[in-house]
Amino acid sequence: MNNFHPFVLPFTIGTVVLFIILFALFVKWLLQMDKTQKTTALKNIISFKTLKAVWEAVRECLFHRNIFRTNPVLGYMHLSFAFGWFLLIVIGKIETTFYSGTFWDEFWLAIFFRFFEDTSVTFSGSELFTQLMDACLLFVLSGIVLAVIKRFYSKIYGMKKTTKHTIVDKIALTSLWCIFPLRLLAESATAGIKHNGGFLTQSLGNLLVGLPLEHITLPLWWMYSIALCLFFLFMPFTRYMHIFTEMLLVFLRKWGVTENNQKTGYTNIELNACSRCGICIDVCPLNTEAGINNVQSVYFIKNTRYGTLTKEIADNCLMCGRCVQACPVGIESTLIRQIMRKKECFNNKDYYQYIPDKEEKQISEEKEVIYFAGCMSHITVSIPEAMKHIFAAANVKYWYMDENETICCGRPLMQQGLDKQAETLRQKNTEKILSSSIRTLVTSCPICYKSFTEEYHLPIEVLHHTQYIDRLIRQGRIKVNRSDIKVTYHDPCELGRGCKIYEEPRHVLHAVAELMNVKMEKENSLCCGYNLANTQLELEDQMKIRNAAINNLTAPKPDTVITSCPMCKRALQHGINVNIKDIAEIVDENIAK
Amino acid sequence: MNHFDVIIIGGGPAGMQAAIRLGNFNYKTLIIEKEKSIGGKLTQWDKLFPDFYSAEELLQNLTRQLNENVSILTEQEVKDIENTSENEWTVKTADGQYSSKALLIASGYDFFNAKRKEEFGYGIYPNVITSVELEAMIKNGKITTLDGRIPQKIAYLQCVGSRDEKVGNHYCSINCCICAVKQSIEVKELLPDVEQYCFYMDLRMAGQHYEELYRTSQEKYHVQFIRGRISEAASTFDNRIQIKAENTLLSTPLKLTVDLFVLMVGMEASETTRFISQKFNISNEYGFLQSKQRYCSDNETEIKGLFLAGTCKRPMTIPKSLKDGDAAANAIFDYLKNR
Repeated sequence: MNNFHPFVLPFTIGTVVLFIILFALFVKWLLQMDKTQKTTALKNIISFKTLKAVWEAVRECLFHRNIFRTNPVLGYMHLSFAFGWFLLIVIGKIETTFYSGTFWDEFWLAIFFRFFEDTSVTFSGSELFTQLMDACLLFVLSGIVLAVIKRFYSKIYGMKKTTKHTIVDKIALTSLWCIFPLRLLAESATAGIKHNGGFLTQSLGNLLVGLPLEHITLPLWWMYSIALCLFFLFMPFTRYMHIFTEMLLVFLRKWGVTENNQKTGYTNIELNACSRCGICIDVCPLNTEAGINNVQSVYFIKNTRYGTLTKEIADNCLMCGRCVQACPVGIESTLIRQIMRKKECFNNKDYYQYIPDKEEKQISEEKEVIYFAGCMSHITVSIPEAMKHIFAAANVKYWYMDENETICCGRPLMQQGLDKQAETLRQKNTEKILSSSIRTLVTSCPICYKSFTEEYHLPIEVLHHTQYIDRLIRQGRIKVNRSDIKVTYHDPCELGRGCKIYEEPRHVLHAVAELMNVKMEKENSLCCGYNLANTQLELEDQMKIRNAAINNLTAPKPDTVITSCPMCKRALQHGINVNIKDIAEIVDENIAK
Repeated sequence: MNHFDVIIIGGGPAGMQAAIRLGNFNYKTLIIEKEKSIGGKLTQWDKLFPDFYSAEELLQNLTRQLNENVSILTEQEVKDIENTSENEWTVKTADGQYSSKALLIASGYDFFNAKRKEEFGYGIYPNVITSVELEAMIKNGKITTLDGRIPQKIAYLQCVGSRDEKVGNHYCSINCCICAVKQSIEVKELLPDVEQYCFYMDLRMAGQHYEELYRTSQEKYHVQFIRGRISEAASTFDNRIQIKAENTLLSTPLKLTVDLFVLMVGMEASETTRFISQKFNISNEYGFLQSKQRYCSDNETEIKGLFLAGTCKRPMTIPKSLKDGDAAANAIFDYLKNR
């Protein structure tokens, strides 16, 4: 064999082993998906969605558009690695195809081409290919420089915290860093002898001419091959697994697969698609405000993947969703967390003692809406009071479903992993809701709203009161005056990032007051810290998180801070003597008589 | 003539008692009071625990003892305070500027704003009132609901704004437990048919004759004490208040509909107290003023010539405030003499 030398063996073995492991894992995970996930995927495989997925895979996995958006330097670093390496492989392959006249040459030839190249063989464009390959190598090397700088001085990238890695990660990282400098040296040394280098390798090769090149060239190629081998062998067990898993995830997601309420193969794919970039650490209020830096999504995912998850890590999360918003891979880490919190069912009886045995009287009159205030609104009583006035002003006949007997919507239990208990509550509420023939349900609580829309599968329309009030105003059923008080609006996590409702409350507020912008709003709004999802957080830390939200909201010096969640209202109310109101209250105050 | 030996900010019990002493020591003393008359929160109270001594009589007693060395400025809010030189303090109000050799802060406390605990419905439901408003009714000798009915059932809730981590007040306000006992007895004397319930976390009868009064309220006045917090209050169609609570001794939830729901509001640093504590950087974590040392120099501060008395430091009972006023006067006497 012309194009063989023993040094290609480490690379070849590494590659073969890597692809066997990848194949085995991917098949395992795909088989582990549950029935609905499989059918959803299969149903969509042959469709336009696959093309879209290809485009997204190129955009995200090669170009890393999302990281670019968050942090251009970091984006360039990933782009140079992924796209640069991709080009090296593709252009290298084209080059060898021209060189050997067949596509089916030895597959390592493209990787070690300069070593095997017979300079007497000429083929069209050989000079161009040489220069192109050098340009690509330079591109990748520039990324390496940035990566090394990032590891040691993450601050210059605007990242306050970078992820702490495992020992296997460190081995893989070191071999990855070595691959391209070694390739550069090996190719340059060969160029020093064979004069087959481009602008980069030839220049360096010429500088090396004084050295005993014939003795060092081969060891350099060996080292290059071993570095590749090490990286490939360790890759499936490190964060670099994300390189291939992310592509699989992109396709599955485009085909409509989502997390279900238990750990499946899809969960494993999501876990392995995390590149541990650490972007989630900087946006997490537990880190920025309370200095808790070992529970963020990146660590949660890492621990779940390696089976070292503790209750402290799983439970210490407000599920505010800022990390999901920021994640360049789009991993639904809060949903995975909810799944991992799942607890074995214990005696249910105590939970439901408060639920009345006897059914309340049936609703006989014709009513337009069901009003469900929610548990939290019962302790922020001005919210249901204001809603009563608004219903009266709009002449809406309503059934106040939880006026006397409140049954929780079940979402707080879901977030704690108590699915069965939550299901029991959902059944009770669904029975009550369906006992009437009313077609619209209005709730004052974003937690209930998310639950009703996502977990209940009700055959009727569900609205949060911001949406409902907005509708009443647009339809002219209530007339409001625009007062000149200045307000800022706090987007509740569950309503904003949770349900993507940003415009309705703003439309309502523009109608009744002067709405001021705050620095962190909409997708970037800060959590009030009172979210029921966290059972680990100390009160002191909770207050720090709350105070950060308050500072954000009061910075433009508004007369009143408005929110649309009873929980947020309570949090902000406990914090300061600032005037804090629910959106329903300010509308109620400005209804035209 | 705007120069004095001592200026006292706040004319409540502590400030008045200090003024009496300082006047007797022949120091020219000025009391600056932001309200219409001196007396502080005493003016809002009818009778004092545990012996039902008349607040008005105490106030008259104190006023009588103030001698000609003491001047009083009322309806003057402090705008700024400056330590102009080592030995001189300047106090600016809206109307004028006054200076003195020593400054005594007796700016007291304010009641916790019960609206911050929205679950109890204060400010939303008319028949939810604070202990301060109940005291005013007792003073008038007429206890009615907002719509003029005679209440049949009354509930009291302890620790509103005290011992509450959520609102940031970890401390006990000391006065409220025994105050509810006192008020419930007075209410029962005015309305012999009324049923009364008092919800508490634990009752702190920390004073002589307090425990005895608590016992009397149960044996003679049939007040029911229930251990447990109230989780929420809601208005019924006839403006009564339905409360949900848990009896934590019996571990049972309970619902109760009452005509009046009284919130025993705690004590927080007053606005002037907060202003001064921030200005001189002697604030504790709750905005109260921090004395130099709690045991031996509780009236002095880290700043020379600045003294403290009464509830601007922490919640105190009236007798304790009066004694603290005395102690502050003595400390000022020592300071001015040795200057």
